[in-house]
Amino acid sequence: MLDVTTAYEHGPTVEATEQELSPVLPCEVRGLCFAAGGSPLIDKIDLTLGAGGVTMIMGPNGAGKSVFIRLLHGMLEPTAGEIHWGGRPLDEETRKRQAMVFQTPVLLRRSVEANIAFALRLHGEGGRARCAEMLEEAGLSNKSSQPARLLSGGERQRLAIARALAADPDVLFLDEPTASLDPASVQLIEEIVFSARDRGVKIIFITHDIGQARRLGDDVVFMHRGRIMERAPTPRFFDKPSSREAKDYLAGRIVL
Amino acid sequence: MQDFGHAFSLAFQLMWAADPDLMEIIGLSLRVSLTAMTISCAIALPIGAALGMIRFRGRGAAIILLNALMGLPPVVVGLCVYLMLSRAGPMGWLGLLYTPTAMIIAQSILITPIIAALSRQVIEDLHAEYAEQFRSMCVPTRTAIAALLWDARYSLLTVALAGFGRAVAEVGAVIIVGGNIDHLTRVMTTAIALETSKGDLSLALALGMVLLLIALVINAGVMAVRMTAARFAYA
Repeated sequence: MLDVTTAYEHGPTVEATEQELSPVLPCEVRGLCFAAGGSPLIDKIDLTLGAGGVTMIMGPNGAGKSVFIRLLHGMLEPTAGEIHWGGRPLDEETRKRQAMVFQTPVLLRRSVEANIAFALRLHGEGGRARCAEMLEEAGLSNKSSQPARLLSGGERQRLAIARALAADPDVLFLDEPTASLDPASVQLIEEIVFSARDRGVKIIFITHDIGQARRLGDDVVFMHRGRIMERAPTPRFFDKPSSREAKDYLAGRIVL
Repeated sequence: MQDFGHAFSLAFQLMWAADPDLMEIIGLSLRVSLTAMTISCAIALPIGAALGMIRFRGRGAAIILLNALMGLPPVVVGLCVYLMLSRAGPMGWLGLLYTPTAMIIAQSILITPIIAALSRQVIEDLHAEYAEQFRSMCVPTRTAIAALLWDARYSLLTVALAGFGRAVAEVGAVIIVGGNIDHLTRVMTTAIALETSKGDLSLALALGMVLLLIALVINAGVMAVRMTAARFAYA
């Protein structure tokens, strides 16, 4: 199997000295396995994720992308293998420095502002100023008192991302946050992602959108059948994919 | 049939004239049942929320027990409270028997399992929606319970009023522990039972109509709150 730690020659294009100080990075994954109902969903993954930048995770449906980031975030227990963040096993303190946004955002039955305030209070922060700042960044200032459930799909996803970022995480997992959204909403979300990346947040982003991966990604991890088939800097991945599976995927062929 | 019509007429007269005895009975009924509902909510909602979201050994048995307790026979509850509060009972020294407090205790015991069981279902459904997000956000259990209770508040209002409905319409327990003492522990249901046995149907009917009216007003109120909440997408 490909050793992605050594195969990845170039670091992320974003140089960020501050990011290196993050106590939870780098993330080191060794021999990670996860099985459910007797079927292996993640199969002996080795991977090192450095600080900063945007790592895109791509692969066909059923490749294990969502399961993989849930394992990284500690929402699932690995069947075997180890995940270390900043040299330590994944613990509650590390998890509090991470945030995750799901493909279908789960919003509290409250106003837009109250959704952000909930996340801020959890991290001992508060104040309307910070809340207003987050809403401004998400482009939702004019909807702060509106019930979150009345927002459009794109707005809901922006609110979910703003709420995740309210926790001031070192790592942000995004599980296909722009699936089924219109181009304008996708662009707004990508701007928020860029802004977070520029602040030094490590972004781990699942997408099927090749254009989006090109725009956002510093590097791409390509998965198939629970394994990492390839990891490369974004330009190299798209120009010269090394695995047959990635070539098929990029060519729009069925990946076998 | 003529007597029946006459009784209705008298009942309306009593209500129209705001008969002091009638008002006193209605006032005490509402005070006792609303207090019982408040106490029960304070106990039952956290229990329901905890059962709805925390997984532990024996949870299934606890839910079965809670559901079974929803059908507690009022007379049995009344008898148990009577034994506890009677002079010879372990809490006899409190001197609460035949007081509105005893009636509140009995009604609270009756409706606490109802509110806990119904709120458990409401919270469990909402928790199924929030669980993954809360786990991702590392939300502490107590914060999660509080958040679930707050976000389910409109559904839980219906649950609380179901408890109130049960309490205000209950007769078996309050007649045992309250004694149906005039101007002291006489509430609508015990008065209806007494007046019916005496053959004075007008007062019984007036009280019965007030009970129905209260039920209608409460249901209309709950419906209005829920519709408003749904319109604003909070429900």
